[in-house]
Amino acid sequence: MNNDRRFSLRVGAVLIFLVCSAALISLFYTPCDPYAIDAAQRFLPPSLHHWFGTDNFGRDNFSRAVTGARYSLFVASVTVALSCFFGVVLGLLSGFAGGIADEIILRLTDALSSFPAVLTALVAVTVFSGGKFAIIPALAIAFLPSFIRLTRSGAMRLKNLDYIQAAYVSGASTARIMFRHLLPNLLPTLIPAVVVGLSNAILAESGMSYLGLGIQPPTPSWGRMLFEGQTYLFHAPWETLSAGLMMVLTVLGFHALGESLEK
Amino acid sequence: MKFYLKKLLSLLLTLLLVSVMAFAAFNLIPGDPAQLILGTQATPEALAELHQKLGLDKSMPERYAGWLLGLLHGNMGTSLQYSRPVSELIGSRLPVTAALALMALLLIFTVSVPVGVFSAQKRGSPVGRLLDSVTMLNISMPGFFLGILFIWIFGLVLHFFSPGGYVGWRESPAGFLRYMIFPALAVALPNIAVASKFLRSALVEESGADYVRTAVSKGLSKHIVLYRHMLKNALIPFLTLSGMMVAEIFSGSILIEQVFGIPGVGRLLISSILSRDFPLLESLVVYLAFLVVLANFAADLLLQAADPRIRVKP
Repeated sequence: MNNDRRFSLRVGAVLIFLVCSAALISLFYTPCDPYAIDAAQRFLPPSLHHWFGTDNFGRDNFSRAVTGARYSLFVASVTVALSCFFGVVLGLLSGFAGGIADEIILRLTDALSSFPAVLTALVAVTVFSGGKFAIIPALAIAFLPSFIRLTRSGAMRLKNLDYIQAAYVSGASTARIMFRHLLPNLLPTLIPAVVVGLSNAILAESGMSYLGLGIQPPTPSWGRMLFEGQTYLFHAPWETLSAGLMMVLTVLGFHALGESLEK
Repeated sequence: MKFYLKKLLSLLLTLLLVSVMAFAAFNLIPGDPAQLILGTQATPEALAELHQKLGLDKSMPERYAGWLLGLLHGNMGTSLQYSRPVSELIGSRLPVTAALALMALLLIFTVSVPVGVFSAQKRGSPVGRLLDSVTMLNISMPGFFLGILFIWIFGLVLHFFSPGGYVGWRESPAGFLRYMIFPALAVALPNIAVASKFLRSALVEESGADYVRTAVSKGLSKHIVLYRHMLKNALIPFLTLSGMMVAEIFSGSILIEQVFGIPGVGRLLISSILSRDFPLLESLVVYLAFLVVLANFAADLLLQAADPRIRVKP
């Protein structure tokens, strides 16, 4: 492991540890109540009591940004888990089984990835209409093609190797070869993709929430805080900056971590 | 010739599948689309009227065929929200988004190539490390947050432009360009980071190739080897990436148009979602996807022209 990679690993691990522990602690304790509205405390600048100041409703920005981390991380991890699971199954099927299944899956993946990711997610949210967590299946569909592609190309690379042929000759079923023999060898490429996928999911979720189509208020979310803060940017940039800073640090953390894990 | 025919067929198949997907998304939803549009408090009369307007009384394949034919003729029905033809609405907004996308694309090309080459040259040195860190930070910075920062710093504090004061091309071309430069930069910057990082690693990979060793050992200068030999080869995968980047640019501009209040296709899209204007939304979705498919196809053709080796293994 060279120096650059070790540096990335450290930066990523520290950032993710900080954000995750802040999100976990927010389950039990935040400096202020993130939902408490107080008209007398609007737009306060950062102070010892309100670390990142207060917003238009007098709510504490730091507490809201930390609580928002919880929802962002939750949505991102469920999204990536879903799209990774289905992507791996479809990708293995397409790369290993080949033939007509491969052709169909490949064509559909190509077509699906022709829609810009934000567009796919927007359409899916509209079609699944409503529901607090409609954003999760929506983003999972948007990220599906990348996992299918990655798994498919990995499976195609490995399937002609001797140990797979040996498993085949010894009578292992297709499913056993796919999940017991191929999958473990794909993990070194899949794990970094999952970690980078988390950062992309966080970006996409906050974009959707910014548009008002993701996590719904009053639940704090970084995207919505960016939107609400934008109106008062000149006099009180604190809300925007606190949400943006938390978001960038989290995304940076996952990116650095994912990069250091790549081969 | 056979090769190009195959490419063309696969393009048509992709376009067809894209249109089927867009149609299916809005027509295979459980429940009644008319109900979804009007909400739960709709009267039976209103529902029946909308049913007829959307053609829901016909069978599914019939509706798809009608929709596809209309799409090809530029006749996409009437927007529910604006009561104007969908084609007219899209036609009036598309140039704005196209301008934004082109400006972003231009920025991406002119900035990421020199940055990629420079960071490959300086790799390992303190300057190179710094550049890599900046790139990493830039990738983690979403375009719409950058846009908000631009509005704050360059708009509200430094007064380079007035946020929210969009000027149309017809009113004043100079004002239009002046307003669009920061949105274009916000769309471009994350992509510049991705592209220059990509070019850097392509160049680093090329530097280990045999032809580079040969070129160096026969006495060519570093510059000639880099620009005449390595860059040419490294730009080939870069071309594929830039085709794929069109989808990213559209994704970015949907958000950026909302941030800066630019009346383009992205804003039309969001307003059609918020008002459940399905005829408009359906057409917008399929047109944007078509543009992405065509851009990828164009990049693919350019690639064939640039690198004859690819044609051998389709």
